Amino acid sequence: MIHFVLLISRQGKVRLTKWYSPYTQKERTKVIQELIVYKRYASLYFCMCINQDDNELETLEIIHHYVEILDCYFGSVCELHLIFNFPKAYYILDELLIAGELQESSKKTIASLIVAQDSLVEAAKEQASSISNMIAQATK
Amino acid sequence: MAMSGMRGLSVFISDIRNCQNKELERLRVDKELGNIRTRFKNEKGLTPYEKKKYVWKMLYIYMLGYDVDFGHMEAVSLISAPKYPEKQVGYIVTSCLLNENHDFLRLAINAVRNDIIGRNETFQCLALTLVGNIGGREFAESLAPDVQKLLTSSSCRPLVRKKAALCLLRLFRKNPDVVNVDGWSDRMAQLLDERDLGVLTSSMSLLVALVSNNHDSYWSCLPKCVKTLERLARNQDVPQEYTYYGIPSPWLQVKTMRALQYFPTIEDPNTRRSLFEVLQRILMGTDVVKNVNKNNASHAVLFEALALVMHLDAEKEMMSQCVALLGKFIAVREPNIRYLGLENMTRMLMVTDVQDIIKRHQAQIITSLKDPDISIRRRALDLLYGMCDVSNAKDIVEELLQYLSTADFAMREELSLKAAILAEKFAPDLSWYVDVILQLIDKAGDFVSDDIWFRVVQFVTNNEDLQPYAAVKAREYLDKPAIHETMVKVSAYLLGEYSHLLARRPGCSPKEIFSIIHEKLPTVSTSTVPILLSTYAKILMHTQPPEPELQNQIWAIFSKYESCIDVEIQQRAVEYFALSRKGAALMDILAEMPKFPERQSALIKKAEDTEADTAEQSAIKLRAQQQTSNALVVTDQRPANGTPAVNQLSLVKIPSMSNVDHDLGDQGVTQTNGTLTVVDPQPPTPSGGDLLGDLLGPLAIEGPPAVSVLSERNLVSGVEGASYADERLAIAPVEEQANTVQPIGNIEERFHALCLKDSGVLYEDPYIQIGIKAEWRAHQGRLVLFLGNKNTAPLVSVQALILPPSHLKMELSLVPETIPPRAQVQCPLEVVNLGPSRDVAVLDFSYKFGTYVVNVKLRLPAVLNKFLQPISVSADEFFPQWRSLSGPPLKLQEVVRGVRPMSLMEMANLFNSLRLMVCQGLDPNPNNLVASTTFFSDNTRAMLCLLRIETDPADRTQLRMTVASGDPMLTFELKEFIKEQLISIPTAPQAPAPVPTQAQPTKSPTASSDPGAMLAGLL
Repeated sequence: MIHFVLLISRQGKVRLTKWYSPYTQKERTKVIQELIVYKRYASLYFCMCINQDDNELETLEIIHHYVEILDCYFGSVCELHLIFNFPKAYYILDELLIAGELQESSKKTIASLIVAQDSLVEAAKEQASSISNMIAQATK
Repeated sequence: MAMSGMRGLSVFISDIRNCQNKELERLRVDKELGNIRTRFKNEKGLTPYEKKKYVWKMLYIYMLGYDVDFGHMEAVSLISAPKYPEKQVGYIVTSCLLNENHDFLRLAINAVRNDIIGRNETFQCLALTLVGNIGGREFAESLAPDVQKLLTSSSCRPLVRKKAALCLLRLFRKNPDVVNVDGWSDRMAQLLDERDLGVLTSSMSLLVALVSNNHDSYWSCLPKCVKTLERLARNQDVPQEYTYYGIPSPWLQVKTMRALQYFPTIEDPNTRRSLFEVLQRILMGTDVVKNVNKNNASHAVLFEALALVMHLDAEKEMMSQCVALLGKFIAVREPNIRYLGLENMTRMLMVTDVQDIIKRHQAQIITSLKDPDISIRRRALDLLYGMCDVSNAKDIVEELLQYLSTADFAMREELSLKAAILAEKFAPDLSWYVDVILQLIDKAGDFVSDDIWFRVVQFVTNNEDLQPYAAVKAREYLDKPAIHETMVKVSAYLLGEYSHLLARRPGCSPKEIFSIIHEKLPTVSTSTVPILLSTYAKILMHTQPPEPELQNQIWAIFSKYESCIDVEIQQRAVEYFALSRKGAALMDILAEMPKFPERQSALIKKAEDTEADTAEQSAIKLRAQQQTSNALVVTDQRPANGTPAVNQLSLVKIPSMSNVDHDLGDQGVTQTNGTLTVVDPQPPTPSGGDLLGDLLGPLAIEGPPAVSVLSERNLVSGVEGASYADERLAIAPVEEQANTVQPIGNIEERFHALCLKDSGVLYEDPYIQIGIKAEWRAHQGRLVLFLGNKNTAPLVSVQALILPPSHLKMELSLVPETIPPRAQVQCPLEVVNLGPSRDVAVLDFSYKFGTYVVNVKLRLPAVLNKFLQPISVSADEFFPQWRSLSGPPLKLQEVVRGVRPMSLMEMANLFNSLRLMVCQGLDPNPNNLVASTTFFSDNTRAMLCLLRIETDPADRTQLRMTVASGDPMLTFELKEFIKEQLISIPTAPQAPAPVPTQAQPTKSPTASSDPGAMLAGLL
């Protein structure tokens, strides 16, 4: 299983962390220095810590799969996208992995789920603004 | 640039980015945390939007590595918000900020559970994701049933079910009891019929976790895994969106093959065949291509397939194919593939029979030692270490030595240790071994531990042929300008003992030897000085007649050190000085060191104990394993019957050995022997031999204590022992002693064990180990005998004769007459079965070691059941067949008494290992067993055999057995064979008391459709 996922910039700035096993604050700080599988995309390192006997190549391609999905969503993704939209990166990761295991391997399925989430949030927003409009009108 | 949609958050992130240094960043973070803390204090004034904004900021700060120890409550409370946007943020921030050990998480259990059992699918997804990512034991206990319900519910959509599968996996990891095996195994099997590949991927991960814990309950999943793999590998019914760079979900393929590796075997021949077809397809269909991702994905699948092939112990042909593929990979450009290629080849070494094929790639592997990537270099070193044997040791060790001079520091110690071990284990001749170790000391002296040079001394001491050679080499190294201190130690020791053998060579007179060694004295540390002093004393002793000048020089040194502050040096100086004034007695006291008892190399032992990374460990374990199978190392254990082992005899110097070119008087020789007569060489007193062995063992080369002890012994025992020692010695080694060597382990038990499995040890004694590995295909078999010489001396007059029974055709390839020291030879034996019989082939084996002639007759496990192949038979096939074989002589029945009591489960396992397939559920009576198999011989076609056992739960020592087949001879032999297995294993070698055979005529078949009644009626 995957124990954690880290995105770190070339300057060593952390862009995303996700822990699937419980670690103390101390361990988390330490563990950042002991990485197992990583792949570099432009200025970002995507790192995953896996078990000794796990299939390394498979994990590398999980990373790539994640990057492809981010790319699809943001439209040629770059580090800045992830910096300012880190919540989105988390949402997408949650559709890809659960319990440190791959959940879905279809890009299309993940993309449509994320779009559905977005539209739920939008709908709630519209509803909220229309309610506030109505209240505003009523109290005029 | 797309922003987070929250201005405050974006501003904060920008601020952080603009911080010039870590200190400023810290200040900005502290300010923000203070702000958030105040806002949270009067929570009432916060809008949902603000709440969301602040918890996101907290997560961002936490992500940067700062400790965020407040606000957890606010994050958790968002989970129970009624609207999706707040809920979503609550869930994701909670699952990032908290872990299973946080108390706050408990507060959320109820809210989470409400979302899981509620009707809102999107809420279910959020809740399952949180539990799947951070749920702990408490979650497991309270939520597992709900999660199981969602996973198996037909009304849930795939998006919920795949999350439920992984959520359950998490809960199972936290508490395995939450999955009730009995109830769950069937549902697990059903889950594998899933068409949606997302759900199937998650379910497969769940299965991997379940079978890794307990495969026994999930046998029904095995054929489904094979089907899934077939579906993917053949790309049948795989939607486009689930192919990844043209490969049908590589992840699911890997997972499926991982699950299959947790089942010990695949018994059903059809499933096995289909699986091998798929694996074959994967092996053949993978190529190295340009696209990195496609490469990675296809190789992820391929390497998993290789692991599965190894696990399944596939046929040799397939294994060779695997090695060939790996050979291709270790030469490619992509470093990941090279790394994995080497690593997998090392794993392949575990599989016997492929070593030779791996050896073909030796050159490429050696090239990998120079790879720019250190992790690849390490894997290459591991592999070379693992694949080394007598045939290639010279090449490999010399490569390692060469590489040692250029290797980076981090690898030198490991390299030296490995080179030393390989040189010791596989030395084709001992002078080469000495060469290697001396080179090693020369090139990497800092990494050569004392163990290594002690070992050289042991070897040289025990092999008189080697002594002059070693002395010459030691002398040569002393000419080098700057030598390592370890080299000074070993050279001084060797020259002290053996330089007299070189006396006639130029530059080797006692005086010259002394002065070249003495030159080093000022450069060495206090631990080396005592060794040099011993060497001087030895030189003095060997200089006959004494040279006054040399004598005075050495005496001067002794007297100088008599007041040395180091106690060890002082004691030696005093003793040697006193002893060397005793004249002729000196020779007696400082005589050549006797031989060391054979013992396990401390070096190899150390290597086994060394904690290393796992791949390396596996290689070392493999070595250790080979060691037992090759049995290359003699331990100091003695044969049980108390006959003297050769190693003890070798403690005694045999007069003829001393007839070397130095001028040593007769008196000297006898006296040399005399010093050792304290030990009665034959028969030894129970502890005497060992005691002396230990005293002379490692201590001796460590130096001082042994020398003093020896001296004492000599002084005490004096010369009077000499006379009778001579005659004893003269007698002892001459006569050949037949069969006094006791086997290690029980031959009978070993044979029985091999009847049930295909590889293991057939015979072992202190000198040889005979291992066996067999492959059986239909009526043919191929056995390989592994003859391993455990000693440092050759085994000679080796003879192996096969005495086959009339029903077996056996052909043994040539067995060499001599097995070199510590070598293993392989002798294939081809077997063809001509008919059913319980007669057993015998191997008549003999060899000579020293004065011992050993002859043993060993039964070979080419027994009836080896020519059986289990076959599963359905009720529709079984009953007509059973009925048609209507009675004697085709169907025989017998009541067997005196059965070794065993449970039905044990009996079923026994039958399975005898290659009789137990057909579950065919016999409705739970106390009965029905099994089927096919028998193969050259003369008959494959014959179906059916077996029924009826047991009495009240009395496990008796049962009724019915055997049926289309051949009367086969029926009888099989029945007798099974009877023997039920009664005799594993102990009694005597034939079981025959029970009167009572073949009953069968009654006419009843027309009942109840299988139990049918069986009963048929009997």
